[in-house]
Amino acid sequence: MRLRHVVIVAGLILGVAIGIGSYTFVYAKGYSYLTNDPQACANCHVMQDYYAAWMKGPHRSVAVCNDCHAPHDFVGKYTTKATNGFWHSFYFTTGKYPDHLEIKPRNQRITDEACLHCHEEMVSAIGKTSCIRCHWDVGHMK
Amino acid sequence: MTEPNPKKRRLTLTLIGVAVLAALLTLGVTALLMNIFQRKTEARNPFYRVVTLDENTTDPALWGKNFPMQYDGYRRTVDQTRTRYGGSEAVPRTPTQADPRSVVAQSRLEEDPRLKILWAGYAFSKDFREERGHAYMLEDQVFTERQQVVKQPGTCLNCHASMVTAYRKAGGGDMFKGFEAINKLPYFEARKLVTHPIACIDCHDPETMALRVTRPAFIEAMRALKKDPAYDPNVQATRQEMRTYVCGQCHVEYYFKGAEKRLTYPWHNGLQGDQILEYYETQTDHADWTHAESGAKVLKAQHPEFEMYNQGIHARSGVACADCHMPYTREGGLKISDHHVRSPLLNINRACQGCHRWPEEEMRGRVETIQTRHMEMRNRSIDALLALIADIKALGATATPEQLAAARAFQKKAQFLVDFIEAENSNGFHASQEAARLMTQSIDYSRQGQLAIRGVVTPTPARAPQAQTAPTPAGVAAKASASR
Repeated sequence: MRLRHVVIVAGLILGVAIGIGSYTFVYAKGYSYLTNDPQACANCHVMQDYYAAWMKGPHRSVAVCNDCHAPHDFVGKYTTKATNGFWHSFYFTTGKYPDHLEIKPRNQRITDEACLHCHEEMVSAIGKTSCIRCHWDVGHMK
Repeated sequence: MTEPNPKKRRLTLTLIGVAVLAALLTLGVTALLMNIFQRKTEARNPFYRVVTLDENTTDPALWGKNFPMQYDGYRRTVDQTRTRYGGSEAVPRTPTQADPRSVVAQSRLEEDPRLKILWAGYAFSKDFREERGHAYMLEDQVFTERQQVVKQPGTCLNCHASMVTAYRKAGGGDMFKGFEAINKLPYFEARKLVTHPIACIDCHDPETMALRVTRPAFIEAMRALKKDPAYDPNVQATRQEMRTYVCGQCHVEYYFKGAEKRLTYPWHNGLQGDQILEYYETQTDHADWTHAESGAKVLKAQHPEFEMYNQGIHARSGVACADCHMPYTREGGLKISDHHVRSPLLNINRACQGCHRWPEEEMRGRVETIQTRHMEMRNRSIDALLALIADIKALGATATPEQLAAARAFQKKAQFLVDFIEAENSNGFHASQEAARLMTQSIDYSRQGQLAIRGVVTPTPARAPQAQTAPTPAGVAAKASASR
């Protein structure tokens, strides 16, 4: 096999992967995940209840999904979006996840830190603790 | 043969590597794509009507063609799974001519031999097994050894078979008339009129799929409970109430009234165990059998889940039976109620965690704490009652007729109340404090019975302080009547 052929075949295979990948990205409105629009998170059915509960919650006019569920620095934000996006795609595709979602420790830490982004001055005297353990309904009204 | 060019070989390996990686990536992305496509399609088409259903469609398989996901869950009620204190275990048995079942549930009499003394002289002391899932209700009733000991009426089928078409047919279109006609038949005569265990048509309107109550005994009992002879749950109950009432048609205490064996739920004084006991003692002279060891005329209680649930915190919070026993479950892009009716302990995420934001193990721990305490109280209460039965047996011959009658009367009370708890299928969970209240009454009656058989007259105790106001009634049933 000549080098030229090898490159052509490899290019074709990669091209197919990129092609299907791009189509899926557009079909699944992948670009919307680059925005801050909470509607994007409700693209998937599973998130619609959580979206609706946020709409009824007290923070709806001051914080969107990303404000509480993603870090506030650029790298942290998009790394979190990418890892969560990957695992969401993985579990939704395999179907192996509970009906009532449970936040994972890493994401809970992000949310607790997000509270401080706005409320730090007020609560700095309290010391290290989890805000949402008690204030569990500030983001999503039940 | 020439030596392979190492450069060319490395290139080939790289190519294979890239191809494999790209193929895996494509595979994953395509799977995701198809999954999203499927979810979007499902969300668009929730239901296809492929067969027309009407009031004569008893066979659940036909309903299953229109509602395959619900039907799939319904069929899973064949599962036999244990929980810590409940649930059924598949026990193999050798089929016989009289009983062709090759699998049954574990015998409760073998688990707790005290029950044989508790029910001495009654068919339940012959054969009493853990209840299995809905799928088995008809065959387990046909083949229980209790059928060989006593002749049962057709009334029993009210809750062990799909009765809607059978009642209608027997009553010439009138469910109540059909109910009366089938009650009177001998069991095995009536058995010929039915085919399926409880089916779709028993809880759903075939036109609209709305929930509906189809058992005349439940409608009559609700009228007695609400003191409203015109009450019609199918018109007046809310959707959330219906999600409890359809279950409350059968998961209740009952008796067969009079010679016509009319199925009756004794709710005339209220739903609490002692109110039901009071009804039996004051408004009827009903007794189920004469106890073989003590000679007392006693009562058997049956699975009062609806009654006990109504005393608990979940009923008070407006949570229906179906919320925990048939929780919403995701099927692809759809949300349906899980028709695999079962213990919430086997389905904690869906059943509990929608409201309770604690890990699954924490929820299980809470339930098992309640149930462990409950079982300890239940065991003590049964022990106390067996002590009374043993005393009546030992001292009955030397006691005066008045002492004997008094002791037997206490046995009837103590026995009904502890049996009410024993027969209830939540092991205390539905209303733990109410269960404890009934058990303290039962233990106290056993104690008084032991004094009575010895002729010990105790001074009337000083009246305990009373609460200034009665608590407002809890539960879906009571709340509805209060608000109307």
